[in-house]
Order: sequence, then structure tokens, then C-alpha cells
Amino acid sequence: MNAVAFQNGFKNAAITSVVFVILAGMMMGIQLIPSGTGLSIELAEPVRLETLAGAVLALFLFQLFREPLSGLWHNAKSALPLPEQGLAEALQTQGEKHPRLKQLAIAFLLAGLIIWPFYASRGSVDLATLALIYVMLGLGLNIVVGLAGLLDLGYVGFYAVGAYSYALLNQYLGLDFWSCLLIGGLVAAFFGFILGFPVLRLRGDYLAIVTLGFGEIIRILLLNWTSITGGPNGISQIPKPTLFGLEFSRTAKEEGNVPFHEFFGIDYSSGYKVIFLYLLALLLVVATIWVINRLLRMPIGRAWEALREDDIACQSLGMNKTAIKLSAFTIGAAFAGFAGTFFAARQGFISPESFTFIESAIILAIVVLGGMGSQLGVVLAAIIMTILPELAREFNEYRMLMFGLLMVLMMIWRPSGLLPMKRPHIALKESGNKQTSPVTQPAKAA
Amino acid sequence: MSTNNAYTLLDVEDLTMRFGGLVAVNKVKLDIQSGQIVSIIGPNGAGKTTVFNCLTGFYKPSDGRISYKGDNITGSKNHQISRMGIVRTFQHVRLFKNMTVLENLLVAQHRHLNTGLLSGLFKTPSYKRSEQEALDRASRWLERVDLKDMANRDAGNLAYGQQRRLEIARCMVTQPELLMLDEPAAGLNPRETEELDELICELRDHHNVSVLLIEHDMKLVMGISDHIYVINQGTPLANGKPDEIKNNPDVIKAYLGEA
Repeated sequence: MNAVAFQNGFKNAAITSVVFVILAGMMMGIQLIPSGTGLSIELAEPVRLETLAGAVLALFLFQLFREPLSGLWHNAKSALPLPEQGLAEALQTQGEKHPRLKQLAIAFLLAGLIIWPFYASRGSVDLATLALIYVMLGLGLNIVVGLAGLLDLGYVGFYAVGAYSYALLNQYLGLDFWSCLLIGGLVAAFFGFILGFPVLRLRGDYLAIVTLGFGEIIRILLLNWTSITGGPNGISQIPKPTLFGLEFSRTAKEEGNVPFHEFFGIDYSSGYKVIFLYLLALLLVVATIWVINRLLRMPIGRAWEALREDDIACQSLGMNKTAIKLSAFTIGAAFAGFAGTFFAARQGFISPESFTFIESAIILAIVVLGGMGSQLGVVLAAIIMTILPELAREFNEYRMLMFGLLMVLMMIWRPSGLLPMKRPHIALKESGNKQTSPVTQPAKAA
Repeated sequence: MSTNNAYTLLDVEDLTMRFGGLVAVNKVKLDIQSGQIVSIIGPNGAGKTTVFNCLTGFYKPSDGRISYKGDNITGSKNHQISRMGIVRTFQHVRLFKNMTVLENLLVAQHRHLNTGLLSGLFKTPSYKRSEQEALDRASRWLERVDLKDMANRDAGNLAYGQQRRLEIARCMVTQPELLMLDEPAAGLNPRETEELDELICELRDHHNVSVLLIEHDMKLVMGISDHIYVINQGTPLANGKPDEIKNNPDVIKAYLGEA
């Protein structure tokens, strides 16, 4: 490293450190202590100050030696026999080449996911169930945002519709989970259809604002319609799902019903219920992935993407823009409805507080983080977004800060998401032969 | 090369389009017989593309009447018009850039496909058949425009000339009766223009398509047109066979200015 480069590096490092000291010092180095009627400013505890000093030193050294370090990193990277593409992409390509192997891998993965809860702790199974709910929501929103290119900021509204339809139908009409699962999805789809109409003429930012408004309207309606929805108190004692009529509680709530453990003659354990909920969520997610995977390859899925690419060209080819947009909105909302119904059943208690704008933002972040349109990416992102905050419980106050940092890093590192969507590869037979074989390899980021 | 049993495909009467006080198109008359290649020429800003936009339903004409095969289609929506068999290309290529070449052609066949949700989810035989037909048709057209090797590439990555050809193929898979091309030769090199010339003639002769063309390349226009309409400042100036247009003093004046 020559003298000029070192000088530049030093200058850079010094500036960075000073900026860090000013920012971090203000935020973490001093405390406001209430004294009498006012506040007095005091230095933070020595431990924290020491940590800060350490951080400054580390930052300074890192900035100073950044160039040699990055050189080393590059050397190391090229020395390793890693494929050019990332691991995930390599997996995808492999999957395309060996469809049999891919099926086998999926089967093993599924088996693993089914067996896992019986050995895992109750807490982690519960967390996994939550992650699965977000997977479902992410996949549903992926249709609207990732495929059809309609920026929807009010997606949580349909989630709320699903949850409340189960809660209300159960409270007033006594319907059970299974029939409400279907009804909840249908009701949410209906709402998606109705709300889709007025927003059809809008595009981009305008659409985002209007959908944001709709999401809030649904939440505020639930909050204020106290006579029916219970307002801010929400609805409690929503029954859990049953397995062919078997309840998972210690004693049967309904007359003449037998609890699960008595029916099979085993001891009662509250763990059964958690595992059952997890398996149910897994089933719903697998169904969702299967349906959306099919949709992607169907004319409707292609039409959604074409609409995102160029709506004028779409119309000039005879596609009805209105119908295509509405179908994306409706189908997307239906999946939110399913997720909502399951959420209500799992929680046993819902209130409008569960359906605030931040939920919409998180679901949208899942879609963007995973890669617009990419199913596998969205699944991964949903898992990461649910599990990371749990792992980082100690940093509770800084959670949003870390969240923001993650987003910024992602946009620099992988601007098109964790696993960008891959185009399907459809092999056509050689020329001269008019027949083509539709060896549609399942490749669209399954 | 109109056959004996030619009929009037498109008949436009007094088409007028006003934007506020500006008259972009003023009483334009057009008529296209089946099996014809008809061109619209005129200086830049003459209103040629506006005529296209009116005919395909992107604009609602202020006045006039458009009839297609005897049906009045004035003011119909653009997707309805294209479903009747009138499709167009654009002055600036409008492909689905992030989709593959093949997907572009499959999307275009949307209205011919089995779009039922359930039949698609469970891959019923009728669904499979319709998808297979779409693939076959796409494959045939890819072969014709020499893009078969590119079938699984993203459309946005093709060279400009290839994108132009793909756009025409995408129109053709919709099985149109009237193909409207908006400056298809713009940006093509002389060889590509010659191929385009051949392609357009082939479409007319072997695929039962009539063509309405906007073009500035006079060699192309004069060579393939059966009939030419000249528009200047939104107003029809002349119309006739290529030879008549070539020697029309008004047309020469409009293009070259007063001598």
C-alpha cells in the first residue's frame, strides 16, 4: 500500500469514526434522567461507553484496512471452487436438469417437515406455525405484487376479513373451523373483487395509496363496529380446529364430543394441539404452493405477468385488462382469507390490533426480499422474517433498526431479491418436425 | 393480388379525431379489401398513428364511422376490436421484455386458450390439448421468423431486428384477419427490410391476412402496396396505386415542399 493510498484510507477512516462517535454518542452514549420536574443529561454506564469505544476502534481499523481486506476476500473467493452462481441458483439449475432428483428432494423435505415437530420444542413448533402463516400471506401477495405488478399496501385487510369471518360466523352461527376455512377464503375473495373494481383504473403510486386506504378502512370498521365485532376488545374464545371432530382440549367443550387423547387412549398433552396446528398450517402451505405453481403455468398466470410487463400490448392482443387485474386481486385475497381463518383459529383471540399497516408492510417486505414473483424466494424470506425477530429478542428496541439495515443490505447485495424469479424453460422439438413436445420443465422458481 | 371473391374488410368514413381545439385527423376515408396490402404515408406528424389508434380502439374517434366486415366498431374497446381479428404492432416495440420469446407467443393466444381455472388446475385433456396447440402454433411462427433458437431467451435480450420480427409473430399467433403495422421497417438495416418485405407478402398470400401499413421507407411501400393513402396534416391528400402516388404533384409538394 503506497503512501497516498494510506493517507486517503486514513482520512476516510478518521471521518467515518468521527461521524460514528457523533451519531452513536448522541443515541447511546448519553442518558436522560428525570430529576425533579425536568430532565438532566448524564453519561451512560461505563459498560456501554466501553462498548462504544471498542466499536469506534473496530470501525476505524476496518476502514483503514478496507482495501487490502477486500482484496484478500476476492482472492479467497476466486480460490474456492464455488460455482459462479450462488448455491440456491445452482440448486435450481440442478433441479431443472434432474426432475426426478428434484421430486425426491421435495419428498424428503416434506417428510422431514412432517416428522420435525415431534422432536422439536413446543416453542419452536409454535414459531414455525407462525412462519407458515406468513409464507401463505407472502405467496398470496406475490400474485398481486410480484406477478401482476399491482402494488397493494392494504393486503392485511383481506387477512382481517378471513380472520373475522371465522370468528364472527363461529360466534353467531356456531360454524366450525373447516367450513369457515372455505367461507373465509370466499369472503376475502369477494372483498378483493369488490375493492378491486374502483382501483382498476389506477396504477403504481396511486394504486398503492388507495389500497393502503382500503386496508385501513377495514381495520377501522372492525374497530368501531363495536356491537358486532367487539371493537378494540376483539373476539375471544375462538375454537381451535378439530381433527374429524376430535378436540384437542383436556375435556370436550361440546356435549357428546370426545377429546383427541381420550379417543386414542393416550395421556393428555397440550403439545398435541401445537403439533396439530403446525401440520395443518403445513398442509395449507403445501396446497397454496401447489395451486399457485399451477396458476403460474396456466394462461391466467402468463396473462398476469404480461399485464405487469406492458398493459397496452396486452389489450392490443385482445386481453381484457380489467378481468385480468380483478382475477389477480381476487385470487390473492382468497389466500389471505385462508391464512386469516387459520390465524384466528390458532390464536383463539383476534382484535383489530393484529391487522395494522405494519403487517401489510412486513408481508410486502417478504415479497420484495424473496424476489418478486419467485415462490421459493418468498417462502425463504417469510421464514427469515419470522424467525429473525425471535432470535433477536434481546435487541428488542433495535429490531426495526436491524430490519431496515437488512433491507438496505439486501437492496445492495441482491437487488432482485434472495432468489429472483426464473423463467420456465419449454423445450421445442427440432425444426422440420411440426410436432412439438411440451417438456415443460418445472423451473419457474418452484 | 386480391382474389375474385374479395370483400370489404375495413371501411372508414369521415374519421375525425380532435384533441381540444387541435384536429389531428380530419375526415379520413379508408377502405381495405381482403387480401390487400394498404399503406398510409405522410410526413411526420401527419396523424397516421392517430388513425391507427382510432381504428384499434385506443382512442374514441370524435366523429366518423368505422366498420369491419360490415359491423360498426366505432368506439369499441381495444381488446374487443383485437378479438374480432384486428391486431397491431407499435411504433416502439412493445414486447413483454422479462418473459421468454415463447411465453410472448403463448400470452398472445390467451383468447384462444382454455382459460378455465379448474381445468387448468387439474390438467384436463381439453386443457392439455389447447396448450399443445398453442405451443405448436408458437413453434411454427418462431420457425418462420427464424427465432426458434431463441425460444427460451428473454424477449428483452433480443437484437432490435429480432424484436421487430417477434412482434409480428406475436400478432400472427392471434390469427388475425387484418394486421396493422406501425413503421415496421424503422431501425432495420437494408437486408432486414428486404426480409420484412418478403414476410409481409407471405402473410398476405399464404395466411389470409390483409395488411395496413404505416411506413416511411418509400422503396418498401411502393414495392408491396396494392393501394396507398397519403395524409398530410390530418387531412387526406391523395390515394391510389403506387404509380399514381409517385407522380402525384400534390404528394411531391407535401413531401419536398414548394419548389
